[in-house]
Amino acid sequence: MSEPVWVQIVKAIIIFFVVITVFAYLVLIERRTLGRFQARPGPNRAGPAGFWQPLADVIKLIFKEDFVPKTADRFIYTIAPVIAVAAAVTGIALIPFGDPITIGGTEIKLVGADIGVGLLLLFALSGIGFYGLILGGWASGSKYSTLGSARTAAQLVSYEVAMGLSVVGVIVLSQSLNLTEIVDAQRETVWYVLFQPVGFLIFLIAMVAEVNRAPFDLPEAEGELVAGYHTEYGGLKFAMFQTAEYINLLVVSALAATLFLGGFAGPWMSGVWWLALKMAVLIFGFIWLRATMPRLRYDQLMKFGWKVLLPIATLNLLVTIIVVGVAFQNS
Amino acid sequence: MATVPGSPDQAATIAEEARTASEAATREQRELTPTERAIAGVEASTPKEALTRTLAAEASAQGPGERGPMVINLGPQHPSTHGVLRLITELDGEVVRDVHPVIGYLHTGIEKQCENKTYWQAVTCVTRCDYLAPFFNIHAYNLAVEKLLGLEVPPRAEYIRVMMCELNRISSHLVWLGTSGLELGAMSVFFYAYREREQVLDLFEMVAGDRMNTRYFWPGGCAEDLPPEFERELRRLLDVLPSRIDEYEGLLSANPIWLERTKGVGVLPPDELINLGVTGPSLRAAGVDLDRRKLAPYSGYEHFDFQIPVGANGDSYDRYLMRIREMRESARILGQAIDGLPEGRHIADDRKVVLPPREELATSMEALIHHFKLVTEGFTVPEGEAYCAVESPRGELGCYVVSDGSPKPMRVHVRDPSFVNLQAVRPLTVGTYLADLIVTVGMLDPVMGGVDR
Repeated sequence: MSEPVWVQIVKAIIIFFVVITVFAYLVLIERRTLGRFQARPGPNRAGPAGFWQPLADVIKLIFKEDFVPKTADRFIYTIAPVIAVAAAVTGIALIPFGDPITIGGTEIKLVGADIGVGLLLLFALSGIGFYGLILGGWASGSKYSTLGSARTAAQLVSYEVAMGLSVVGVIVLSQSLNLTEIVDAQRETVWYVLFQPVGFLIFLIAMVAEVNRAPFDLPEAEGELVAGYHTEYGGLKFAMFQTAEYINLLVVSALAATLFLGGFAGPWMSGVWWLALKMAVLIFGFIWLRATMPRLRYDQLMKFGWKVLLPIATLNLLVTIIVVGVAFQNS
Repeated sequence: MATVPGSPDQAATIAEEARTASEAATREQRELTPTERAIAGVEASTPKEALTRTLAAEASAQGPGERGPMVINLGPQHPSTHGVLRLITELDGEVVRDVHPVIGYLHTGIEKQCENKTYWQAVTCVTRCDYLAPFFNIHAYNLAVEKLLGLEVPPRAEYIRVMMCELNRISSHLVWLGTSGLELGAMSVFFYAYREREQVLDLFEMVAGDRMNTRYFWPGGCAEDLPPEFERELRRLLDVLPSRIDEYEGLLSANPIWLERTKGVGVLPPDELINLGVTGPSLRAAGVDLDRRKLAPYSGYEHFDFQIPVGANGDSYDRYLMRIREMRESARILGQAIDGLPEGRHIADDRKVVLPPREELATSMEALIHHFKLVTEGFTVPEGEAYCAVESPRGELGCYVVSDGSPKPMRVHVRDPSFVNLQAVRPLTVGTYLADLIVTVGMLDPVMGGVDR
């Protein structure tokens, strides 16, 4: 019983615009919150409490010169930010944000695309998103960008593995790769953060690395690489990388909420608000981290990924499988 | 160090040094020290030749599949090179194989300009050398001029100078803390440090009318007496400062990432640091108790009770810790100075050197003549030369003044610690990671205004 095409198109449009708006205000909220952390007001000139700041930023970026360095590979340089944004936006489509509703006899699932292997697809998409960063840095023809993209590649490999392993525990518990079913499974038992505290912790750490944020913001480490992979990007192309980064932030925090914190499930409010609340808490954590922590060094990051996170994630998975196996045998 | 950089003489010297160093190392069957490695690594060439070699190495490996070094230009415009320092860096992956610092982007000819100014006009020039420590520049210069003149500075002026210098030490260290924190990604510390620096700069403005490049110290004392509200505002600052420093330390001192980034990074043994001429917190972090304020007290520093923080490991973390502790000691000195501020004049009473008080001009013909002579022609300084050094936030800041008996100095030379400390960048960073290079340069805290002058 799949939905009619027009429903899917309407859903896609609504989700896209909501996400873009949320992204724009997420940037503003982050800047304001950072300002509070740092004893300064943050952007507050454009409109009340800086309300029009995102609009002003976009207008400024649109009117910037569309610049391509002489040494750049023009085609890849142009397409790279598109890859990054496309992967990020597609990722958000897989996140369920409520129970199905019925309008005029048509049952509408509150998720962009309800796919059986949604979780796997999300990981695949985040891998593709990294291609945007790597190719963008590579094609810029600048040494800082090249170093940035090399770091991105290394970081991707180190943290995707740990992240993937930390999620397998949830899959084992819920017996499903479908995100809606994972939420339903948590509704029947409890939030998986209680079963998988270690997995949750690993996922949290890995997701910070996944979205290149402090203290794992090495691909764009300002102190060393000027701006890393997007050093040579300006105007709208830069804005697209920025968009991809923040939408990725939304995707991973939504994923963390879905996998470990019960997703959209919750009493009194509708699912969207529960999901938004859980995401907001996680994102506030992200901002807090950024305000507090210095940046790790490249080799320390790798060491941490391979020598600390990966063994713990493996161990966690083994224990989970054994416990679940024993429990199933008894039942 | 006696030879001219880039001359054949120096090339021969370096070649000789490299040979002796590697011979000594083979004989003693030990590892080369970082300095020796840095010298031997460039095949005993002049800096220019070493740079040529670096660039050639990159150009030679351009074929597919060939593995050559990558040369990147850190600076002169880069977020973390403290102004306009340019580091031509030879990278193998993320490992620094060689560094060639290039300076001169902020050269403004300050020393030369001083030769065309009268002694008391030159104060305005020297203050702009190390622009984060203006009071130290003028202090060193004034001490040298006063030494040539044989001029006694009244005790109140000494106390005011000490207070200004210690306030300046705090503000300079705050800028260092903020910027090097930012380079390591700890962005909040930057804003906290600048918040307190603002308070210090407000004090400067209150006293001298100018927030940064003041010319508040004159030969003979200080331009004006302290304003009456100064004491209250200073005490307000001293009340909050210790808790604010605790705040920075709370964010950084025990932060595991900060520790991992700075511990064991940029280490040289103390004797090598001394050979390179490094002074200030960078040297004291390595355990050498060298501070002009204790070693050769000037301006009455012997009257104050304070400690010279000394480190043990000489790594970037110790350099960080030294400066944090120095801020606390400076606050202590400030407290003692404001408590014991003697009464009296703020400037010497020698009418041949010091401008007469404004109110005398209306009544005293003699004062008017002195004023006219001083402003138009300046005062003459007996023939001779003098070198006076102070302990600036970055190390020994000395001023060498040569007089030919005219009202204008024949030569003014500033021994700026940033310039000398910069020599240590190469031995400190060759063989480390790119990220460590940023940390090391940040913790050496060079100020390019002082380097290029």
